[in-house]
Amino acid sequence: MNIFIYPSNSLILYDLVERFGHKPLAVMQEIRKKVTTAGIDSPPLNITPEDPKHGLKYAAVEVPAGVRGRMSLFDQLIGDAEAAILVEDAPIGFGCMGCQRTSELIGFLIRAKRVPILELNYPTSDDEARNFVYQISEFLNKLQGGET
Amino acid sequence: MNEIEVAQISCGSEYTGVQGEIESAAEQVGAKIIFPDIDLDEVEEAEAKFGLKVTSPDLKLMLARAISVVEGHTTADAVFIGTCFRCAEGALVRNEIRRYIHEKSGLPVISYSYTERTTAETLLTRMEALTTVAKRRSLLAREVQTGLTAGIDSGSTTTKAVVMKDDEILGFGWVGTTDVQKSAENALSKALSESGIERDAIQSIGVTGYGRFLLGESFNADLVQEEITVNSKGAVYLADRQKGVATVIDVGGMDNKAISVQDGIPGIFTMGGICAGASGRFLEMTAKRLGVDITELGKLALAGDASKISMNSYCIVFGIQSLVNSLSKGARHEDVAAAACYSVAEQVFEQQLQEVEVKEPIIMVGGTSLIEGLPHAMHELLQAEVIVPPYSQLIGAVGSALLASGFIEE
Repeated sequence: MNIFIYPSNSLILYDLVERFGHKPLAVMQEIRKKVTTAGIDSPPLNITPEDPKHGLKYAAVEVPAGVRGRMSLFDQLIGDAEAAILVEDAPIGFGCMGCQRTSELIGFLIRAKRVPILELNYPTSDDEARNFVYQISEFLNKLQGGET
Repeated sequence: MNEIEVAQISCGSEYTGVQGEIESAAEQVGAKIIFPDIDLDEVEEAEAKFGLKVTSPDLKLMLARAISVVEGHTTADAVFIGTCFRCAEGALVRNEIRRYIHEKSGLPVISYSYTERTTAETLLTRMEALTTVAKRRSLLAREVQTGLTAGIDSGSTTTKAVVMKDDEILGFGWVGTTDVQKSAENALSKALSESGIERDAIQSIGVTGYGRFLLGESFNADLVQEEITVNSKGAVYLADRQKGVATVIDVGGMDNKAISVQDGIPGIFTMGGICAGASGRFLEMTAKRLGVDITELGKLALAGDASKISMNSYCIVFGIQSLVNSLSKGARHEDVAAAACYSVAEQVFEQQLQEVEVKEPIIMVGGTSLIEGLPHAMHELLQAEVIVPPYSQLIGAVGSALLASGFIEE
């Protein structure tokens, strides 16, 4: 299944989802598509002023252009998500969405999809870390198509 | 001098799609954008060190980058701060970082809030002013006009020219801007004629304003300079406040400038240009509706009471509608004129002066400073000393002629 992860550039979450036989949906994939698109020269991410306009699908013009530009990147990921793992209060090194307003909107949109969601707080001790991985493995194993 | 390095401290420019525009504007004025390198630890420590807690990680990164510049871990000649337009948290961080950089590093700094529609052209004047302050301090230190020089200010509404000799204005020309080139020729001819000087005798020419690049080529100008720098110099020169602090406010036909000045050199400045309701154009339309010449509007306003008029909108269209409604209810023309002046002053105060450090004296310049009701309204709002220097309407031309004299000696 397609598993949306939050923070969406978390390599640890990405790896865990892959290990349990699912397909992680991460923002790196969308950025890769952008930067490898031939013919567009808008460094560093090849996001052009047209992209924030695509973000109008999710947020009106009174919302900052940076939020809408980010939302244009997440459009495909939100659309493809069949389940999600959301980790709150994670340190920046675990994964970073950059803009808190974008994070709030993405969290809402994923929850509104009514797909299976596992919401966790970032672990702060060894025991919590073990339990953190255990909960993720349980969640992923119960999903259709995961490895058991 | 080597290429000017401008440290960019920003959030969202790459996702807004305008990073290329920022870099293009810098490149056009001989500058290069650099990004302060930061370790993850520094980002996590930045909030506590700076004393401002924010939720967005990219804003934490901004704080860390600002600290890096101030502490000297990043070497830069100037700083550009940017966040997305309409982001409240971003605006708070942008303003506090600008103050922090200005106070702690002394580096020239500008800030901007962008949308996806921001272009290099929009940023060019600001970036030009930023790099000028960084690389031309010796020129900006000039306090006396020497030799025989001319200055031309090609504004959006009017074109002004002056001829100066040995620290005195010999003559000036002030014409409405139609064709940029013809208007400049016309204004300069008038200035030369009034001075009794032949054009060939002019030793150096400086140009500023929107048409400066075109005029720079056609007049073979020695100085082609944006209005922020030129107006700052011109204002403190004409007001005889060349030493110390001052705040220069120029309500123009197309945009407004508010500049915090130290010893004649611009520090923090803002350029507004989003709403015509805060421009000289609004006062022009008001004068037209009241059936008076624009030169009479100021005196009319001084005899009025702005508080008697209800202004429901800052928009130029709805603002005029409010004035028309008041007139239809029998309001006095004097009160309407005063309300119009107060409305413009209030908008400049609310939208721009919050972003600069307002320090006395306030020097109002540009054609609108001659509309007496406007400096009066600004004085009422700020409760501060407001100076309108002689020849305030010629500020850009005088500043250009003053700075151009630096090229005679060079």
